[in-house]
Amino acid sequence: MQQPKRLSRFPVHIAVFLAPAVLLYTLFMVIPLINSLRLSFFEIENQNQLSFSGLQNYIRLFKDSNFAPFFWRALRNNFVFFAVHMLVQNPIGLLLAALLAEGGRLRNFFRTIIFMPTVLSVVIIGFIWQLILNPLWGVAESMLEAIGLGAWFGPWLGKPETALVTVALISVWQFVGIPMILFYAALIGIPDELTEAARVDGASAWDIFWRIKFPLILPTVGIVGILTFVGNFNAFDLIYTMKGANAGPDFSTDIMGTFFYRTFFGQQLQLGNPTMGATVAAMMFLIILTGVLLYMFLWARRVQTYEL
Amino acid sequence: MRKMFMMLSLLVALSLVLTACGGGATTQPPAATEPPSAATEPPVATEPPAATEPPAAEEVTLTIESWRNDDLSIWQDQIIPAFEAKYPNIKVVFAPTAPAEYNGVLNTKLQGGTAGDLITCRPFDASLELFQQGHLASLNDLPGMENFGDVAKSAWITDDSSDVFCVPMASVIHGFFYNKDKFDELGLAEPTTKEEFMNVLQALKDAGETPLVMGTADQWESATMGFQNVGPNYWKGEEGRLALIHGTAKFTDEPYIKTWQDLAAWSTFLPEGYEAVKYPDAQSLFTLGQGVIYPTGSWEISLFEKDAGFNMGIFPPYVENAGDTCYISDHTDIAIGMNAATAHPAEAQTFLSWVASDEFAALYANALPGFFPLSSAQVTLDDPLANEFLSWRQQCKSTIRNSYQILSRGEPNLENELWRVSAGVMNGSITPEQAGQEIQDGLDQWYTPQ
Repeated sequence: MQQPKRLSRFPVHIAVFLAPAVLLYTLFMVIPLINSLRLSFFEIENQNQLSFSGLQNYIRLFKDSNFAPFFWRALRNNFVFFAVHMLVQNPIGLLLAALLAEGGRLRNFFRTIIFMPTVLSVVIIGFIWQLILNPLWGVAESMLEAIGLGAWFGPWLGKPETALVTVALISVWQFVGIPMILFYAALIGIPDELTEAARVDGASAWDIFWRIKFPLILPTVGIVGILTFVGNFNAFDLIYTMKGANAGPDFSTDIMGTFFYRTFFGQQLQLGNPTMGATVAAMMFLIILTGVLLYMFLWARRVQTYEL
Repeated sequence: MRKMFMMLSLLVALSLVLTACGGGATTQPPAATEPPSAATEPPVATEPPAATEPPAAEEVTLTIESWRNDDLSIWQDQIIPAFEAKYPNIKVVFAPTAPAEYNGVLNTKLQGGTAGDLITCRPFDASLELFQQGHLASLNDLPGMENFGDVAKSAWITDDSSDVFCVPMASVIHGFFYNKDKFDELGLAEPTTKEEFMNVLQALKDAGETPLVMGTADQWESATMGFQNVGPNYWKGEEGRLALIHGTAKFTDEPYIKTWQDLAAWSTFLPEGYEAVKYPDAQSLFTLGQGVIYPTGSWEISLFEKDAGFNMGIFPPYVENAGDTCYISDHTDIAIGMNAATAHPAEAQTFLSWVASDEFAALYANALPGFFPLSSAQVTLDDPLANEFLSWRQQCKSTIRNSYQILSRGEPNLENELWRVSAGVMNGSITPEQAGQEIQDGLDQWYTPQ
């Protein structure tokens, strides 16, 4: 009788070590998520009975005039919201990180100050900015007047054309610390020898940044991008705090999160519709999953990671 | 490759976590302002106090579910002690939830069998659905129910009027508050017709005041305090409201277009940047004396009397031509019913009968000036403004908001749509005619007149 080979024995210790995390994660994340996806294939009939309806909810979401225009508008607004973050938040984050990485005595002070809004509650952020931008007693107007630009001020949060971008910029203000810290960590990880060698070779600071540092932190650029994407397509709280579940004016600030909330929980006299809400949530999940997959196959695989 | 795989699993995990949060963790949002019950400043909602004494034999504790966390102290200090003094073997606990969460929390509790014995009822469909699901008991035989007229009961009765399931508690009346000192200073009189109203606004504007205080940022003010406030005078109250339900009138008809035209005309008299002015901003602006006329409703009385440092007056919604019959929105807003699954139905009915009594009506109306009892009891109010609001019931005909009964059952939701288009009209982003067309198109999609 031969002993079974050591290698083929089931690695019990791995299962034991993984068990707590897997268990908790399954219980509180995977099961609810699967359940939510399952719910999107059902309809609620009288007496709260669930009945299977196949893809009916998805067809409603894309065809029904009560859902389709809202869905597409929310999706479009969400892309605008995302674009503002990619075009404003991340470049500013990179710039701040580059400045901080240069050193200086007040570095720690500024790093803390800029990161601070990120740890504040969204409710506070929403409240403060509504006060600042308030056309009745906000400081924004008088500050603009002080530099002679008073005529530029408008009730930005109340106008359909400007409300979404304004809310997005407030979100940028709050979260700019996150890309900054990630870029900063990547930048200070670059060994001095590389930049010193380049300087000896006569490269300018501009060249050093774009030709040496930036390519080295490309993986971080990708991570920041995908974090922004996932965060933005799950965004809800800031808009709910500032504009309510109706995401006014005229739904101009309605994004997937608020659309989901209104559908699932209802609003004032509108009764909630859990199965359609689950359908919207499933679409949010699909969108984010698609984004993450695109990132992995089109970006993460191609970007060269250097061991420094 | 190994690194690649780790990153992949990390990202999938991350997206799972974040989407799961998006899907499920949003049940505790901060309370949003909501009409019309959020006017008084909200005292911190504390845990309901446990019964102070250990229950003696046969003592029963009843729990009240409510969204009126503003009224916690009034229930605890005035209403419940008055009841307990009369029925010492029944203890009552008032356990409110934040207004914006109430409907959802209550549904969950009822389904889980953990809801209180007494349920505060929202008007119309939210409560009707609870009754149809068997969560609210029928109260047809409740002693005291005979104290309520048909209009009072209309918000808590089945469509065929066969079952009434909540005891009506209070209504709110719409109208205009104004700064009496400013009116006296400029020699202005309370306007009664549209022409007089617009003249007063113009005179105030010429005098350098902000004539009309309102913002459109929260959207509901435009609909609730604008459209539903002055509209009944155009659509003739109940007559017009029922005509919509019966399909003999449409939102594209003249009365509705005229109402929206009025809102559009108001907008030049609103504070600077009103598109971004929220409800609390408007309240502060008025109580600080920086604006003169405030279209709203009786629920503001207690807050305004506390905060305003000037003499306040009120006038009812203006009529189109002098001598027209006036109509007021006397909106049935709050009632109380019995959880069908309560362990103490007899005691709960005792409490409800007491709520239907004259004693409760007087107590409630005086504790909460601006919330008017719906029973036929003759109640004397101490508050002069509340009395004046109440006196309009004699001069004018009462109606309720036209979007509440039946018409907000389908999708798109009429009430939400009215918020949106009324704010749109005031912001100048759509015309009154477009507003009427959009509302009627939305209603036509699902509603077959009855």
